Amino acid sequence: MSGTHEHDDDHGHHHKETFITKYIFSMDHKMIAKQYLITGLIMGFIGIAMSLLFRMQLAWPGESFPVFEALLGKWAPGGVMDADVYLALVTMHGTIMVFFVLTAGLSGTFSNLLIPLQIGARDMASGLLNMISYWLFFTSAVIMVISLFIESGPAAAGWTVYPPLSALPMAQSGSGLGMTLWLVSMAIFIASSLLGSLNYIVTVINLRTKGMSMTRLPLTTWALFVTAIIGVVSFPVLFSAALLLIMDRSFGTSFFLSDIFIQGEVLHYQGGSPVLYEHLFWFLGHPEVYIVILPAMGIVSDVMATNARKPIFGYRAMIMSIIAIAFLSTIVWGHHMFISGMNPFLGSVFTFTTLLIAIPSAVKAFNWITTIWKGNLQMNVAMLFSIGFVSTFITGGLTGIILGDSTLDINVHDTYFVVAHFHLVMGISALYGLLAGVYHWFPKMFGKMMNKNLGYVHFWITAICAYGVFFPMHFVGMAGVPRRYYENTAFPMFDELTDVNILITVFALIAGATQLVFVGNFIYSIFYGKKAEQNPWRATTLEWTTPVEHIHGNWPGAIPEVHRWAYDYSKTNENGEYVLPGQDFVPQTVPLQDGEEELSH
Amino acid sequence: MITVLTITVLVLIAIAIWQMTKIFELSQLRAAKNETATDKDNKVNGYLMFAFLIFIYGITIFSFYKYTKVLLPEAGSAHGAEYDDLMLLSMAIIFFVQTITQFLLHYFAYKYRGEKDKKALFYADNHKLEFIWTIIPVIVLAGLILWGLYTWTNIMDINDEDDPLIVELYAQQFNWTARYGGEDNVLGEANVRMIDIDNANVLGLDESDPNAADDVIVKELHLPVGRKVNFHMRSQDVLHSAYMPHFRAQMNCVPGMITQFSFTPIKTTAEMRQDPDVIDKVKRANKIRAKRAAAGEPNSDPWEYDYILLCNKICGKSHYNMQMKIIVETQEEYDKWMASQKTFGGNAATGVAVQ
Ligand code: HEM
Ligand SMILES: [Cu+2]
Ligand SMILES: [Cu+2]
Repeated sequence: MSGTHEHDDDHGHHHKETFITKYIFSMDHKMIAKQYLITGLIMGFIGIAMSLLFRMQLAWPGESFPVFEALLGKWAPGGVMDADVYLALVTMHGTIMVFFVLTAGLSGTFSNLLIPLQIGARDMASGLLNMISYWLFFTSAVIMVISLFIESGPAAAGWTVYPPLSALPMAQSGSGLGMTLWLVSMAIFIASSLLGSLNYIVTVINLRTKGMSMTRLPLTTWALFVTAIIGVVSFPVLFSAALLLIMDRSFGTSFFLSDIFIQGEVLHYQGGSPVLYEHLFWFLGHPEVYIVILPAMGIVSDVMATNARKPIFGYRAMIMSIIAIAFLSTIVWGHHMFISGMNPFLGSVFTFTTLLIAIPSAVKAFNWITTIWKGNLQMNVAMLFSIGFVSTFITGGLTGIILGDSTLDINVHDTYFVVAHFHLVMGISALYGLLAGVYHWFPKMFGKMMNKNLGYVHFWITAICAYGVFFPMHFVGMAGVPRRYYENTAFPMFDELTDVNILITVFALIAGATQLVFVGNFIYSIFYGKKAEQNPWRATTLEWTTPVEHIHGNWPGAIPEVHRWAYDYSKTNENGEYVLPGQDFVPQTVPLQDGEEELSH
Repeated sequence: MITVLTITVLVLIAIAIWQMTKIFELSQLRAAKNETATDKDNKVNGYLMFAFLIFIYGITIFSFYKYTKVLLPEAGSAHGAEYDDLMLLSMAIIFFVQTITQFLLHYFAYKYRGEKDKKALFYADNHKLEFIWTIIPVIVLAGLILWGLYTWTNIMDINDEDDPLIVELYAQQFNWTARYGGEDNVLGEANVRMIDIDNANVLGLDESDPNAADDVIVKELHLPVGRKVNFHMRSQDVLHSAYMPHFRAQMNCVPGMITQFSFTPIKTTAEMRQDPDVIDKVKRANKIRAKRAAAGEPNSDPWEYDYILLCNKICGKSHYNMQMKIIVETQEEYDKWMASQKTFGGNAATGVAVQ
């Protein structure tokens, strides 16, 4: 860039920054991104720790463990986990992982960090709304965590909180104050998500720099943009479900309740339907899994192209499939309800739309594989997680063909087969996307490099354990073991599954411990990591043209202009030489060279 | 004991991680500390990618070898065979695709690992290729959808042809009750508002409904083999799900509405107990139980195979133990059992439905 420092933009005047405005109530998108990331990682730590606890209960049912006594206190008398708290742990694990880690932690972090940087904007459209969005998220996280410590226990009706179980405190102790806090927390979370999403959408539409047409946007930004749109369309529906549930719980309405006799007493509710709640919940719930996975897909696409030193294969097809997935994701929710009592004909329709959505997903998988074909793969840690992502996404996605088929769903619905499926395709894959993003953009966030060797160890052990946990789990499901069972000992037919349950738990414990390597690396590198270069991965996108030291407004001078798409890796002229001599990539800011053709991407 | 073991394992893992980091570090041959991948890293991780492919195949084979036996035995219902065939075909397709795509992914990762001065191929598009791999899933999925929907429509077409036996499955925290239509094979009207525990009307039957008097209420579900059963599911409190895995049957029980499922049992419990897979399964379970008995642990009584109804929708504290035994038997045995039951009206049940 030219060295002139024209302070022609309004960011030029420097206001005094205090600790509070810089680190806490910051309106700078880069700082907010870090806040999201760190909050998300802390929630992730809690969520994963919970899964390890209940996994231990499943492997060694009824066994007494000092950790249980230490962490669960009165809910683990004598160190033996109580059945109610088992359900509470499962519920909070699911809620935390899906919403707080993989929705806010993933798309919150990277939308904030990358949207302005990749489109060439000084900040989000509204820094204030952005700050409010983060603090609402933080508040909701705090409320959710507080609910763990109350007398009657946190929500325990499963992360889907189906009424009547979630509506009636006499059905379950977790449906008392814990459920109220869950609903309040989620309502605030939704408000946060909506503010954030609207901001992302407006920013992408309005603030793209000169030359940055929609067909030159990096796929990460595309994915984050479409994710925000899905969020705006579907989260309000969850909000209404939560609101109606609050009314049923606290104001005696009967939206979801009817004909209930519990603990010797007929309740007054009449005319409502739990199935209505299921429709409302899954109208968000299914798009939610794409809210979780699309950002990961975007990140993986860019990380793969950069590290393969090749353009992403089928850029337009990738965009089209993101859009197709987004659209279809709003009309497949019924596949969670095939045997809910819903009209079977509707089941047929949802089977049809569900198997349709497999098509753009398949296209994406094939395109990623082709992207690494004949590449010059730089095995950075982010690249390993991206390859791992494609692997688990395929393994998990394929079983979706079974669950999406209403016939086959009859016998595996709500069994461990489902748990195995969604962990691979959504949980592990999205987590890999998140980790790929952290390893890749760590230099951008903190100006330091993460230790790659610790990263390799982290990846390989995690990759093995992920399969070790979730591959055998399919068999547990196909043996007929229902999910959300505190123990399987009440059924002799499940006796022989003890072995496999122990195997799964051992893998899970190792996987959990390995994440500490990541935590250590992360914290150590923030303070003592090697100082990062401006463009360590030799990438083409705009975020790598900003200085390593963060400044308000991102670029010291004018905002760079964009002249090409984001994937000119290893592009050669007709004579076989790289377009820019001696350099296998052409940043988006470099104008077309003499005689260079711009492909019609 | 277990705690000590766990701690030992964790310590060992910590040591292993430390050692592995060392190995990765040594493999960098004193090169200047560089946190981006070097040729050496590319090579090591490229090979590891290939090893990982073998691991994926390995764990697949291992799981099939070790755990195929835990899968459900052959279905005990008429539609079950078709369900199992469709499952087998879908699984075959999935494993075919899985094997190939994982191979390509990891093999490419190994084969094209980076080297200095290697040039990647600038390859951005190929419409023909993309068309091919769009159209192939379309065709395969279309086939699966058609077969799936055909089967689904058959299974879910619940009608009164072939004189089905009418049975109500009634769910509550945390147990099941079954109700037969009795002599007239018609269930009497019922609603939770009419429950009268003191007068033993636990299912809320309408005492003024003439159809109710001959209803038979039981805690163990008996079904005559070969006769279609239409289930009407009800729940009195929260959602439950009537899951009968051996029949490939499941339907949620929803308070405020009656849901339905229908199947024809084709194998008696006695026949199932003769199934070689079931015999082996029972043997394995009883071996474990014998060990428990020897160690003086609970849950060690020998097991005899039975069909079972499980609750498969989270319903509260004892969700994990909400079950009812199902017995499929010959018509004669069924009639005899039925004759030993009492009707809701208090008479001896006759069992044989008026045809
Ligand atoms: C060490 C990693 C993990 C392990 C061992 C693990 C294990 C489990 C298990 C065994 C269950 C089922 C429990 C039951 O139904 O009884 C479960 C539920 C769940 N997990 Fe995980 N999980 C892990 C990570 C994740 C991640 C990354 C996600 C992110 C999406 C996630 C999301 C969920 C959800 C949504 C549920 C369903 C909760 C419910 O049934 O209400 N898990 N987990
Ligand atoms: Cu879905
Ligand atoms: Cu139940």
